[in-house]
Amino acid sequence: MQLLFFLALAAVAIAGALGVVLSKKPVYSALSLLVNFAVAALLFITLQAQFVAVVQIIVYAGAIVVLFLFVIMLIGGDLTGVGGRTRMRNVASIVAVVAGVLLLAGLGYAVVAGQMASANGDVPGQGSVQAIAQMLFTDYLLPFELTAVLLLVAMIGAVVLARKPAEPNT
Amino acid sequence: MDWITLLVVPAIKSLVLIILLLLGFAYLTYYERKVLARFHARYGPNRAGPLGLLQPIADALKAIFKEEIIPGHVDKPIYLLAPVLALIPALVAYAVIPIGPSITLFGQQINLFIADVNIGFLYILAVASVGTYGVILAGWSSNNKYATLGSLRTSAQMISYELALGTMLAAIVLTTSLATGTGSLSLVELVQTPRPLWLWAWLWLGFPIVFICMLAETNRSPFDFPETENELVAGFQTEYGGIKFALFFMAEYIHMIVASGVMVTVFFGGYRGPFVDELPLLGVLYFVLKVILVLFLFLWVRASVPRARYDQLMAFNWKFLLELSLVYLAITAVIVAFV
Repeated sequence: MQLLFFLALAAVAIAGALGVVLSKKPVYSALSLLVNFAVAALLFITLQAQFVAVVQIIVYAGAIVVLFLFVIMLIGGDLTGVGGRTRMRNVASIVAVVAGVLLLAGLGYAVVAGQMASANGDVPGQGSVQAIAQMLFTDYLLPFELTAVLLLVAMIGAVVLARKPAEPNT
Repeated sequence: MDWITLLVVPAIKSLVLIILLLLGFAYLTYYERKVLARFHARYGPNRAGPLGLLQPIADALKAIFKEEIIPGHVDKPIYLLAPVLALIPALVAYAVIPIGPSITLFGQQINLFIADVNIGFLYILAVASVGTYGVILAGWSSNNKYATLGSLRTSAQMISYELALGTMLAAIVLTTSLATGTGSLSLVELVQTPRPLWLWAWLWLGFPIVFICMLAETNRSPFDFPETENELVAGFQTEYGGIKFALFFMAEYIHMIVASGVMVTVFFGGYRGPFVDELPLLGVLYFVLKVILVLFLFLWVRASVPRARYDQLMAFNWKFLLELSLVYLAITAVIVAFV
């Protein structure tokens, strides 16, 4: 039962991922990405990690893809991509293929060598808000706080970049 | 027996809930028109049926039988998908809100909520954040500058006010640990735990902030920027007509019912009231009455306050409301830590 469910979800996730790459219009790519994120959230739920699932929806579906859509709408989403298939795009696709193959190889090695502990939701409450908070605010406090600083820096950077330069005579 | 409790009961409950929400939507429009009419010193709908009570049905029939028009310049799949994406988040949000205590029906113990998940608050926020997609996609797929501008405005507004709303809900979650020692994100547990009177008083101080956020989240007046007809025709809905327009309309009103339900659950004790323990069905009545009262606030504001300007709306959120909610969160944290 659970395996069937997983296979169905995985199929949808792969379809979404293919949609991101193959869609002609950027908006369709963004929507396929949304499907992919939603399926990932469902997979988290099957692993008893409801908190991660909901955060996945709030952060990725609720904020990041919305941002993508904003950008696409404002920069002209009707075009097939930005610019044609220039040399830059070819280089980018080669880099992407190499990175993808490396990632697959790494993951495959980890699975074969048994480096990856299987997450199968055996421990109830493992993915609950309480359990995650406990970990986050004790064992991983320093990385957690550093992430906050990182986000602050990113925010200040965005403000600096977006701010109009001051008028010289005012 | 197992599959009945696992699949059939939730399915029936969901179906009943959806039907109730759709009916609630229909009569909320009637309620709004009647209340606004009283504010304007006129009668409101009074032709269809006694007291005009059949007016919503007539409107629905009209919308359904209207000719389907799909403009030639739209992106068809997304144009058709957008109203659905607007409506579904509105409908599913009620799954975690308890509308009554457990009742016994046909020898089965039935809980009057669909899911008691330990992430209820976050679920509400997640559903609210997904609700922007209908708006954005409608604006983009319409291929019309008014629709695009309207959808950009609306979604920016919804995303901005979600911040203050989330902060306020976080403060309320903090207070759940006061009574029992362990906090919970479940709305069902929130209703069930009794709270001292001073805590209620503190919570009610936060109610206006949450209410303002909810006005903006549901795109209600004075923040009804999707339909600033003097600037944007009808905003993101400009290219929609007939039943597709009705779906957007439905989403807005069901969002209102959901927002009222959340506020009733958080601030006014949900279904709790006198004699609920003896007669559980009374709880449902209390819940509905409280929701109707909170909905009246929405209509009252619509009748009394003119529409804000868009930059005022954004400045109000980023320069005032968000800070206020952060202060509220900080004070709540201090209270929770030292009481």
